Amino acid sequence: MRKLSDNMDTEALQKSFDEKIEKDIKIEPKDWMPVEYRKTLIRQISQHAHSEIVGMLPEGNWITRAPTLRRKCILIAKVQDEAGHGLYLYCAAETLNITREEMTEQLLSGKAKYSSIFNYPTLSWADMGAIGWLVDGAAIINQIPLCRTSYAPYARGMVRICKEESFHQRQGFDILLTLSRGSAEQKAMAQDAINRWWWPSLMMFGPPDNESPHTIQNMKWKIKRFTNDELRQKFVDMCAQQVEVLGLQIPDPDLKWNEERGHYDFGPINWDEFWNVVKGNGPCNKERMAARIKAHEDGEWVRAAALEYARKEAAGLTGKQSEKATIKK
Amino acid sequence: MNESNTIDYLMLLADSSLIMGQRLSEWTGHGPMLEQDIAITNISLDTIGQARYFYQLAAARLNEKSGNADVTEDTLAYLRDAHQYKNLLLVELPNGDWGQTILKIFFYAHRQKLMYEKLSGSADAEIAGIASKALKEVEYHVSWSSDWVKRLGDGTQESHDRMTKALEYLWPYTGEMFVPATYEKNFLENEFSFDVLKQGWLDKVSGILTEATLSLPPADTYMHTGGKTGVHTEYLGYILAEMQFLQRAYPGCEW
Amino acid sequence: MEQPLWEVFIRSRQGLDHKHVGSLHAADARMAIESARDVYTRRMEGVSIWVVESKNIHASSPDEAASFYEPAEDKIYRHPTFYKLPDEVEYM
Repeated sequence: MRKLSDNMDTEALQKSFDEKIEKDIKIEPKDWMPVEYRKTLIRQISQHAHSEIVGMLPEGNWITRAPTLRRKCILIAKVQDEAGHGLYLYCAAETLNITREEMTEQLLSGKAKYSSIFNYPTLSWADMGAIGWLVDGAAIINQIPLCRTSYAPYARGMVRICKEESFHQRQGFDILLTLSRGSAEQKAMAQDAINRWWWPSLMMFGPPDNESPHTIQNMKWKIKRFTNDELRQKFVDMCAQQVEVLGLQIPDPDLKWNEERGHYDFGPINWDEFWNVVKGNGPCNKERMAARIKAHEDGEWVRAAALEYARKEAAGLTGKQSEKATIKK
Repeated sequence: MNESNTIDYLMLLADSSLIMGQRLSEWTGHGPMLEQDIAITNISLDTIGQARYFYQLAAARLNEKSGNADVTEDTLAYLRDAHQYKNLLLVELPNGDWGQTILKIFFYAHRQKLMYEKLSGSADAEIAGIASKALKEVEYHVSWSSDWVKRLGDGTQESHDRMTKALEYLWPYTGEMFVPATYEKNFLENEFSFDVLKQGWLDKVSGILTEATLSLPPADTYMHTGGKTGVHTEYLGYILAEMQFLQRAYPGCEW
Repeated sequence: MEQPLWEVFIRSRQGLDHKHVGSLHAADARMAIESARDVYTRRMEGVSIWVVESKNIHASSPDEAASFYEPAEDKIYRHPTFYKLPDEVEYM
């Protein structure tokens, strides 16, 4: 049987695709899509997945040292959620004809990027608070519009992720709030963490709009729904208010309310630092990659054994099965 | 019944579960595949959760006795030193590779299942309540770890060899589970025969090990003891140094 | 070689249909069910799990959407609202 698409030239398929995007009709895995759209999605979703997985490491660093059993359980559950989110995203990307194995290979070989924020170290317990409040706060602002992104499996994954993540930011804020109301040393610990995490968090939204080449096309495809600068401003406005509840400071002397704009103004971001971390010169780039490579390599024999056992079982060749066969004889 | 036996026994239960969970949480972010990273983290959360229930109960009983409110799950977990910890030696051993960790869970979960089955009928209603809740969790740990023991024992030559090694390493630490400390014997009184417990455990465990094509170590293998009375391996000191660091460095703070 | 991909379906409550919730990798069905439990029911999302190896799912093609689904559009007599009832008949 001839497929309908054989009769349609690319131009017509493109037109029908554009109409769907225009009318906010979601694109499903088997639908026709432009090559570049597919490529962009694979890149964005896999980067997002890698970020979740690498993002487990800085917080995982404090699991064994969490100061109370309650905090320990919360932190473990949170880091575990990140594994889950990485998994949902890898699965969403797999609907675009790339395997998890290929994506893992891209990450471990350094070909694929992940969010630079996770190349910063977690130096004190307060960092668990700052990551929750600032890093997850920024992530949520980035992610909520993605629940409406045009590619359906990505959007469905994001709905699930956003639902689960809603406790992440709160638990971070709660850690900082407790510290800020604690001893002088604890308060200093909290302020120090905010000082270190604030600027890298602002960089999480990506380069300014005028230097972000993909933004226009991604907005047109409704993969992205707001620009980097719009989202960054939203984040600053939110944090500027919340920091007052904490009784702590945001480390930016230029941060002040601008009546005319209806937004907070903020100081210049050090993009040199950003590009340096992207290029691999962040404080923990090597450690993060080494940890992922080690986990992958150490797990090789486990994955191989599971596959081999499944093969034997299907063929009736496991120890148990051959034992039974012997008895029957 | 002597209350101090009960407290000591609760510490044995709580400390063992906590140290088990603490060790397993070291896997979070480092598992052999994402799905299994999530699975082992669930077990870690279950066991730490069980520890918390037992600590909370012990704290309530201690406070009731003293008329104060200064004992909490956290003072019990974070402010006791190694010689006061009563956990089994088995749970404080390093994770080693995935196979060794699986086998550790496997031995412990099978024993916990039998223990919790008994305890869920305990005359102490509060302990019985915690045990029956924990039992459901442990039943899953039993089936999950048994599946993995089979997969790895009967998987590839490499996985088989690794499991054999892990078995040799861990086996001498399994005997302690069936040698009651005085307080344990006193608490359990007539509810319990440790010989029956051991036999029940051995039946289950050896059945699965055989299926996994792994051979049981000799019956006369030397067994290490001491954990239940506070004489530990060198590992526990490091586990506690790491776990208790913040509470020790900044005493008396809220977190 | 990679562990095969499985699709996961979960019944969220007794009495409801199983619904597709996502996918995962596992070596065999037993492992897939256990992983589905660990990955997709951490927040009490389910009471029953189905897993199907993804390669065993056959799907209709979007190219056939018009011939598959549009012919149903003019069969409006299949819907109860097509029929006008006298006002006296309250429930039917």
